[in-house]
Amino acid sequence: MATEILMPALSPTMEEGTLAKWLVKEGDTVSSGDIMAEIETDKATMEFEAVDEGIVGKILVAEGTEAVKVNTPIAILVEEGEDASALPEAAPAADAGNEAAPAGSSEAPAPAAAAPAAPQVDLTPDWPEGTELKPQTVREALRDAMAEEMRADPDVFLMGEEVAEYQGAYKVSQGLLDEFGDKRVIDTPITEHGFTGIGVGAAFGGLKPIVEFMTFNFSMQAMDHIVNSAAKTLYMSGGQMGAHMVFRGPNGAAARVAAQHSQDYAAWFMQVPGLKVAMPYSAADAKGLLKTAIRDPNPVIFLENEILYGRSFDVPVLDDFTIPFGKAKICREGSDVTIVSFGISMQFALEAADKLADDGINAEVIDLRTLRPMDTGAIINSVMKTNRLVTVEEGWPQGSVGSYISSVVMQQAFDYLDAPVVNCTGKDVPMPYAANLEKLALVTTDEVIAAVKEVTYR
Amino acid sequence: MAARKSTRKPNVSAEELKEYYREMLLIRRFEEKAGQLYGMGLIGGFCHLYIGQEAVVVGLEAATEEGDKRVTSYRDHGHMLACGMNPDGVMAELTGREGGYSKGKGGSMHMFSKEKHFYGGHGIVGAQVPIGAGLAFADKYKENGRVTFTYFGDGAANQGQVYETFNMAALWHLPVVFVIENNQYAMGTSQQRSTSTKDIFHRGEAFGIPGEIVDGMDVLAVKAAGEKAVAHCRAGKGPYILEVKTYRYRGHSMSDPAKYRTREEVQKVREERDPIEHVRELLLSGKHASEDDLKAIDKEIKQIVNKAADFSKESPEPALDELWTDIYA
Repeated sequence: MATEILMPALSPTMEEGTLAKWLVKEGDTVSSGDIMAEIETDKATMEFEAVDEGIVGKILVAEGTEAVKVNTPIAILVEEGEDASALPEAAPAADAGNEAAPAGSSEAPAPAAAAPAAPQVDLTPDWPEGTELKPQTVREALRDAMAEEMRADPDVFLMGEEVAEYQGAYKVSQGLLDEFGDKRVIDTPITEHGFTGIGVGAAFGGLKPIVEFMTFNFSMQAMDHIVNSAAKTLYMSGGQMGAHMVFRGPNGAAARVAAQHSQDYAAWFMQVPGLKVAMPYSAADAKGLLKTAIRDPNPVIFLENEILYGRSFDVPVLDDFTIPFGKAKICREGSDVTIVSFGISMQFALEAADKLADDGINAEVIDLRTLRPMDTGAIINSVMKTNRLVTVEEGWPQGSVGSYISSVVMQQAFDYLDAPVVNCTGKDVPMPYAANLEKLALVTTDEVIAAVKEVTYR
Repeated sequence: MAARKSTRKPNVSAEELKEYYREMLLIRRFEEKAGQLYGMGLIGGFCHLYIGQEAVVVGLEAATEEGDKRVTSYRDHGHMLACGMNPDGVMAELTGREGGYSKGKGGSMHMFSKEKHFYGGHGIVGAQVPIGAGLAFADKYKENGRVTFTYFGDGAANQGQVYETFNMAALWHLPVVFVIENNQYAMGTSQQRSTSTKDIFHRGEAFGIPGEIVDGMDVLAVKAAGEKAVAHCRAGKGPYILEVKTYRYRGHSMSDPAKYRTREEVQKVREERDPIEHVRELLLSGKHASEDDLKAIDKEIKQIVNKAADFSKESPEPALDELWTDIYA
């Protein structure tokens, strides 16, 4: 049976090309892999190989022909004994034999439409009323979260630089080596790209790694594995396999460690579908969210803060205390303005609210706690009540978490706004070393107060 | 096409030898068909064919046991077929259809099969190397005696993460076989122009990882080396490196102008060292199979590949709501 040989597409973008040269002539026998012709595309001249065996019955497009459309018949292959001269001339249309993928699909369905009315917000308290509370540092809360989850699930293990014998560069993993041994608390060499990839592979293999970055500044060495390997594999595998794991460590500015060691990555990681991102402020949230992160089947970025490690907060005394992702916390109720923050910047939001109360401004303060998923419903709900919004974060202004929140609020609660949203952020500069300049670069309580006065026209 | 005379007596049964012939031929015919479908616009984007390298995966798969894992780069069609994944599902993924292994969402470079312990299909050069060591880490942690085959090319061998991984794999005695599929060209740059060492496996010595050169055009040599490497790993002695010297007949991807090597160079390998012709010769000269037997295999393979191509055209495009699924578990 005669087979039409079609003008091939030789690159992802090729639509037509020049048939530069035939390397076979009519009557030649070809087998698969033989080079039949040279074809010039917009990029280069390439060789075109035979796929089927047969005899070149007829050459339909002469060499030197330009602008031959992809999928135009260029020759006919016949089997032995078949008469090529009896063959009909090829259909001239370039569409002949075009089996290209079904034409442009209509627009994909959009996810749930923008909330028209007040969104449903989960206002249940984090723990039952009357639960005993004890003060604990964020450091201890994180350690307890890991220890509890490691006791409960033998597939959970901790790896990172100095997590074992040194007891953690910031002492977060203190005591874990003693309790769980060196099989489950693993010191790695200083090799973020490599050990992050190994962690991702271990997750693909069925374990539940906690990968500690000594600080998130070093996670940039491992960004490819976090984004390309961990976050995208569930999607790329059609749901067959993903990375059940946590990447955690201190994020953001510490004190006087300058530009390369002082950066807030919240907005970076928040951008990636497939990742979840938590950034707690209090010890209770640190514990409850880290336990949830370790149990979550998805890759979770858990952004801690060195300055907060030593701060004490009330933590509920419960056997198994978790906080769900995507549930913001209203830390202070108010009616005049909404201040939204997360992580260490919560301290500026809360301090500002205290001082504003003295001036008769009643601020509502929301701690987002997780940035992906983000409880935008809680923000919208609050803005519908206060009509004014200020966001506070340590990161840079361009492409900030606050700018995303601003866009959501503008789309979903525009009619409720009585003033433009103001984003308080870190300054748009690398972190300076000098004490006075560092102070200037960071967001401050005074800036939050000024922003609130701006949106309340005071 | 005259194959070179093998110096090696087959140490396998006639049935096994026929099976290797069959598997290698399946990969070659599948890839030729994929090239054809690409030319017709049915396969898009990047598509890296495995033609010429078939003996590497077929020989190494012959050295595996059930439960062993494998992970490789974007030149992955051969690995998937060799570990028993369904050609229909692989081809339908190439055409981006619902019946593909990733429901059409991964494409040529990103395919996986949990059932066959195939962990991708990775598009970033070298990224699969620590991932493979991580899979081996999980097996060692679970003490299940499994071994992971981590394939990468001579191009990836210059990525820093490969050596970060060598260090940890050796330090932690991970049961991983690093298979350097040295096809001599990193895209269009020859090994000699990109790599300071002649034999790449020597780089393992710096980490205390043993290794060797293997003739990647001889499926029996590959199988024997694979068995040795696997035994090393299963005995708890840590990683092993196989530098398998092979050759890719086609371009790096479909859009390759092939200006970095001569047509004669490619033709010479095809004529003198073709891995499939080599087995064919062994089968015929040893009277393990007749021309008719081999013709029957050819016919069977052609049917499998045509069926896969038909399936890949008939399977519908993914439903539009698939855009929003599989982002979170």
